[in-house]
Amino acid sequence: MSTTKPFTPTDGEDNSNGTRRDFLKQTSLLTAIALTPGTVVKAAENQWDEKFAGVFEKQALHLEVNGVKHELMVEPRVTLLEVLREYLDLTGTKKGCDRGQCGACTVHVNGVRINSCLSLALTNDGKKITTIEGLAKEEELHPMQEAFIKHDGFQCGYCTSGQIMSAVALLKEGHTGSETEIREFMSGNICRCGAYPNIVKAIQEVKGGMV
Amino acid sequence: MNQFQYTRPAETAVAIKSLAKEPNGYFLAGGTNLVDMMKMGLVVPDKLIDINRLPLKKIERTPTGIHIGALASNSEVAEHAYIKAQYPLLALAINAGASPQLRNMATVGGNLMQRTRCPYFFDTAMPCNKRTPGSGCGALQGINRMHALFGASDKCIAVNPSDMNVAMAALDATIHVTGVKGPRAINIGDFHRLPGDHPELDNTLQKGELITSVDLPAASSAYNKHVYYLKIRDRTSYAFALVSVAAALHIENNTITGARLAMGGVAHKPWRLTAAEIFLKGKAITEDNFKQAAQIAMQGAKAYEYNKFKLKLAPNAIVQSLKLATGLAS
Repeated sequence: MSTTKPFTPTDGEDNSNGTRRDFLKQTSLLTAIALTPGTVVKAAENQWDEKFAGVFEKQALHLEVNGVKHELMVEPRVTLLEVLREYLDLTGTKKGCDRGQCGACTVHVNGVRINSCLSLALTNDGKKITTIEGLAKEEELHPMQEAFIKHDGFQCGYCTSGQIMSAVALLKEGHTGSETEIREFMSGNICRCGAYPNIVKAIQEVKGGMV
Repeated sequence: MNQFQYTRPAETAVAIKSLAKEPNGYFLAGGTNLVDMMKMGLVVPDKLIDINRLPLKKIERTPTGIHIGALASNSEVAEHAYIKAQYPLLALAINAGASPQLRNMATVGGNLMQRTRCPYFFDTAMPCNKRTPGSGCGALQGINRMHALFGASDKCIAVNPSDMNVAMAALDATIHVTGVKGPRAINIGDFHRLPGDHPELDNTLQKGELITSVDLPAASSAYNKHVYYLKIRDRTSYAFALVSVAAALHIENNTITGARLAMGGVAHKPWRLTAAEIFLKGKAITEDNFKQAAQIAMQGAKAYEYNKFKLKLAPNAIVQSLKLATGLAS
């Protein structure tokens, strides 16, 4: 059986020795050894960590994200949101509720807005993904981004990337006939700061081509 | 989320065989319900068979009506020109549910399979006969304001949460399924079931069967002019129904020649109001007739401690939806 490294509290989690993450990883491995027989114990005896054991379950995933092609190996349980944030470092897409209720994780898949938290990454194999990082052209912001700034369409900003991704899709979908219609078709994006009136104004302005 | 095996077949027959081999396997379509339940630990599958590559997406007119592939997204159905023109009740009901993002993901087949939103079903610390048969019903003596008025049992008082299903019931949909024993067709009224002693079963699908399409008959397209889907909920949008009413009338010379009525949020299945439909046939368009129809529809309703308000809300919603469908109200 392996022994744990001494636990040294640190502020960060990226040190090579004695980090909290290593400590947690190893203690959970010990728990796993206590609770489960067979292959897990064998893996532990051989000092494999759970990442290595996970390789057997991983499958190839091809994605084109904001015009860049990626090929990765992921476990089936990994969501599209987690691939974007944890594997591709595109942290503009936010994890809010992680249950499809808040809309902070909204991205476009083949041009259609979805909640990336409820979509398994492998379901999207071969698809084109656009995230908030993919809207601007070089230094030039997307008109919807400009409009959100101009109309103060956010306070804390946590929901904003999802709001903007939804708003950009909404313009294409065409349900922008009235304020009521915009509010109805933006209802999948929750803003706890209550920036709704300004978000509606931003959408109306871009729809009118004023930005 | 637990670890599980994952396959993504391209052929329906392969998908069915793949599930038949796996006792704890599930089909994955849009994932808006299943992935959520997996995150909550309500469903812990050994294997997911991702059916999104199966050729079941088509929406097309047929000699007998319209064929909607089980993998057509809710948005595709609600935005489909022919459906909007001939079966507007379906488009209205779909757009009353969930959010645009979820409707883009969720499929027609998945919506039919959508599980209840009863909070006791979702809370694994609470008893629930639907989640864990034999454990009891937390809602029966609990906070049951969202719960059923019709067809419940002492095992389960949960409701079917879908809006689409309510319109499908009113429009007389036929659900086509296939499995290892071959294809069969199920009328929407026989698809979802009442809880009885087995609330763990939401519907009459056999193990391993896959929904391939939903077909709407041409006859239902006669109900395309006087239509309303009224959904009463705790907030304006993006919430499940306390009560909803799908109303579609055929009217000639100011007389109702046919009525289609169904309610959501009141039973374990979409609740077709057949007796009220029969009453309305041949009647004039008056508020008094609508009130009588609502009274007939409510016969047999039974409330619990916290949903007694639905005994008044539901008939009022029926009357209001009929008034809105016929232009008596706007």
